[in-house]
Amino acid sequence: MEVFLLQLFNGLSISSILLLVALGLAITFGLMKVINMAHGELIMIGAYSTYLTQNLFHDYLPESMFDWYYVLAIPVSFAIAFVFGLILEMSLIRFLYGRPLDSLLATWGVGLVLQQLARSIFGAPNVAVTSPAWLNGGLKIMDGTLLPYKRLFIIALVAACLIAMYFYIYRSHEGRRMRAVMQNRDMAACLGVSTRRVDAMTFAIGSGIAGIAGCALTLLGPIGPSLGTYYIVDAFMVVVLGGVGKLVGTVLGATGIGMFNTLFEYWTNASLGKVLVFVCIVAFLQWKPMGLVAMRSRSLD
Amino acid sequence: MRLQKFTPQRIWILIGYAAAAAALFSAPLFVSDFRLNLLAKFLAFAIVALGLDLIWGFTGILSLGHGIFFGLGAYAMAMYLKLEASGGRPPDFMGWSGLKELPLFWQPFQNFWFAVAMGIAIPALLALVLGYFTFRNRIRGVYFTILTQALVIITTTLLIGQQAFTGGTNGITGYQTVLGYSIGSPDTKRVLYYITVAALIGIFVFCRFVIGSRFGKVLRAIRDGENRVRFIGYNPAVYQMVVFTISAAIAGIAGMLFVLHVGIISPSMLGIVPSIEMVLWVAIGGRGTLIGAALGAILMNWAKSEFSTAYPEGWLFFMGLLFVVVVVFMPKGVAGLVSQLKFRKKRREQKHEGVRNPAV
Repeated sequence: MEVFLLQLFNGLSISSILLLVALGLAITFGLMKVINMAHGELIMIGAYSTYLTQNLFHDYLPESMFDWYYVLAIPVSFAIAFVFGLILEMSLIRFLYGRPLDSLLATWGVGLVLQQLARSIFGAPNVAVTSPAWLNGGLKIMDGTLLPYKRLFIIALVAACLIAMYFYIYRSHEGRRMRAVMQNRDMAACLGVSTRRVDAMTFAIGSGIAGIAGCALTLLGPIGPSLGTYYIVDAFMVVVLGGVGKLVGTVLGATGIGMFNTLFEYWTNASLGKVLVFVCIVAFLQWKPMGLVAMRSRSLD
Repeated sequence: MRLQKFTPQRIWILIGYAAAAAALFSAPLFVSDFRLNLLAKFLAFAIVALGLDLIWGFTGILSLGHGIFFGLGAYAMAMYLKLEASGGRPPDFMGWSGLKELPLFWQPFQNFWFAVAMGIAIPALLALVLGYFTFRNRIRGVYFTILTQALVIITTTLLIGQQAFTGGTNGITGYQTVLGYSIGSPDTKRVLYYITVAALIGIFVFCRFVIGSRFGKVLRAIRDGENRVRFIGYNPAVYQMVVFTISAAIAGIAGMLFVLHVGIISPSMLGIVPSIEMVLWVAIGGRGTLIGAALGAILMNWAKSEFSTAYPEGWLFFMGLLFVVVVVFMPKGVAGLVSQLKFRKKRREQKHEGVRNPAV
């Protein structure tokens, strides 16, 4: 029973991380049909921002205040990744609108450059970020099952981000414009929505969420220049599986992949587990090629 | 295949090809053994680039997983070479992982021709299966590319994880003979080099034939407008599957030649980064032109070997920048630069034409 609970919790934790990583990607892809291969590097930027915030607190503020660096680090990571995303969109992605394969390659190039930059600035070895003291320890459910506070915090953070995104997309004017552009770009432009601004804003917000994901990942282990590449392909699979256009799809996709990953890894070993998950995804795509929750529109593509 | 007129331009192109072939065949005369080995490696990469160009430049499907097909062909040949070196007994890495006897699926690889056949058949089969399950459901474009990337990840994870069967991260190395000839001797290397050149030329001619046929026309139509092809009555999925399989088989052949020259294969040579590098070669050389892809592969690899020795850290930086520049400014690659310049010259002439005869 305890093993089952622990596996369930692990699956949930992995799903939450995947969701955070994939949320920005899904929003960007749903709107602009741009697969941003530099997304992993934006996660890395968020993680390094947390590292820098920690160092700032360490150097300039008294010891007692050190643990609160994390509270500041979350908006700081969001902001820095937001700015990077905005610059990226305005200088590069804008010119590749309508050419999804080319933007994939170009953003891969940008990702490589960012990785190398991080390597030259921070060094190739991983850097350690000390998590705040109030996140150490765990919640005891039964004898022997300890649910770490860090993972619980991440789940709570993801839930908060999800709610914030929901309110932004479905309950605000900007969100309504974004949905309009997603459903029918030309018509939205005819009605006076500035698609350029919506594109820039959406891409930047997606990047900001990636920054928050990076901040969350600092709790789980050391961070290095190639932090993003580990999570990025799984995030893509979440986007492919969950379908684009609706938040629900991404949530379901992330939960599905996270849970099945944990399940298969528990049954077989880690490498076979990944193969099985991939086979399941391809099999599922036979039944629903557009993903779990697809946005239906009248255009053929 | 229709007969083409022997216009002066075509004759020049044919002379160019003949000169290139002659240069390749006579290279052992003036190039040192070490550089010859490097050149052979570059030629193997050029073969992969041809296959990738077939599917990306001419059919419009970007596959970021060609490293896998390349690697599977290489592993097939590596298994044969390793068994040759260990004399039919289980290789050393199996002993390290506790395997006492040769696994069943390793045993047939003692035969050279079986290994060659598997090196072509396994990648082709994998491509056929993946292609069948994706193209049939009209999964294309970016989704398909992501699936190929996922395929790369799981294959590398599998190869690394199943260390007992595949040698894990270290890969398979330590070869001594091939078909009885010592693999290290310069004579064998020279013969292998000639075989590689012949393979390159043969596959080039084959690709030209495919492109020039009606099949090739449909491929280009699929690249330019898949829905219209469907409306006319063709089933694009079949064409996409076939070209994907052919491309994978070509990559498998290249892999086999690669491992014969380089002497090692490991999962890092077929992972995500090598797969993307292959795409970069085709992008720079010029997708949609076969010679561009081959030249791009040779040039980029030569540049990489020169650059990495001088600035090892800067190479990734340079590659990333190159990606961005080529994709944004030179979508047709270097081979396309020639046609771009010709187009510009023609347009400038037309403008002057207009000024000279304003009444027209």
